[in-house]
Amino acid sequence: MSTDTPTADGTDAALTARIEALESEIADLKADAGDEQKQMTIVATKGSFDMAYPPLILASTAAAFGWDVVVFHTFWGLDILHEEKSKNLKLSAVGNPSMPMPNALAALPGMDSLATRMMEKRIEENGTATIEELIDLSLETGVDLQACQMTIELMDYDEEDFYDGVTTGVGAATALNHMADSDVQLLI
Amino acid sequence: MKGEYQITETLDVKGLSCPMPIVKTKQAIDPLDAGSVLEVVSTDSGSMSDIKGWADGTGGVELLEQSEGTEGGDAVYKHYVKKIE
Repeated sequence: MSTDTPTADGTDAALTARIEALESEIADLKADAGDEQKQMTIVATKGSFDMAYPPLILASTAAAFGWDVVVFHTFWGLDILHEEKSKNLKLSAVGNPSMPMPNALAALPGMDSLATRMMEKRIEENGTATIEELIDLSLETGVDLQACQMTIELMDYDEEDFYDGVTTGVGAATALNHMADSDVQLLI
Repeated sequence: MKGEYQITETLDVKGLSCPMPIVKTKQAIDPLDAGSVLEVVSTDSGSMSDIKGWADGTGGVELLEQSEGTEGGDAVYKHYVKKIE
């Protein structure tokens, strides 16, 4: 014995279809949420020896986590990607409270080179990777190392000066787009 | 060490410091088959926290065990990471 009426049948069918549509929508959302790859954007603006390390270490580690990573290099940050200059980045002895010498002494010629050599020695002894190794590693693990086009021209650099695999021809809008989608954004 | 798993491969990162133990671990585990166990041998004390953090934050891997010991007077940290998918 059925109490169904044509009207009730129609309503049921519509409800079932609606429920099915919602269920598939939820399943899609769940799949998207599960697959969500974390994103990080770092803006690297400094080109001194000590400031080259944090973006490269964070970028290569994030790549090991499987994150989608962009490091946007601008102003002196470009020197990190510059094949020649990256090998001669200097640690500043002046204005560095960790240096065991007064600023007046640190300002003497050759002190930056001395401080850099001391740091390089410590890095070697500690088994810390070199800047070049970290750049190679970052590129190898899929980090997008970007060189800001405007500052390339401002600094009078040539696109050929950068490591193979570095992205050129990008600007603030590209960086912002990636930042807006990123879970982590850092200015270094 | 627990005897419930077999080590598929050993990665020696002794003498390397952050971020190398993590990055090398990731590179070493990628080509392994699901179910494989990678042993990571490090001298970096930071690797205890870092490998755990990496394994927690990365899909498809599980940290089975970590141990601390000495080899020839140096502290050695061992990590056992299983590839689950």
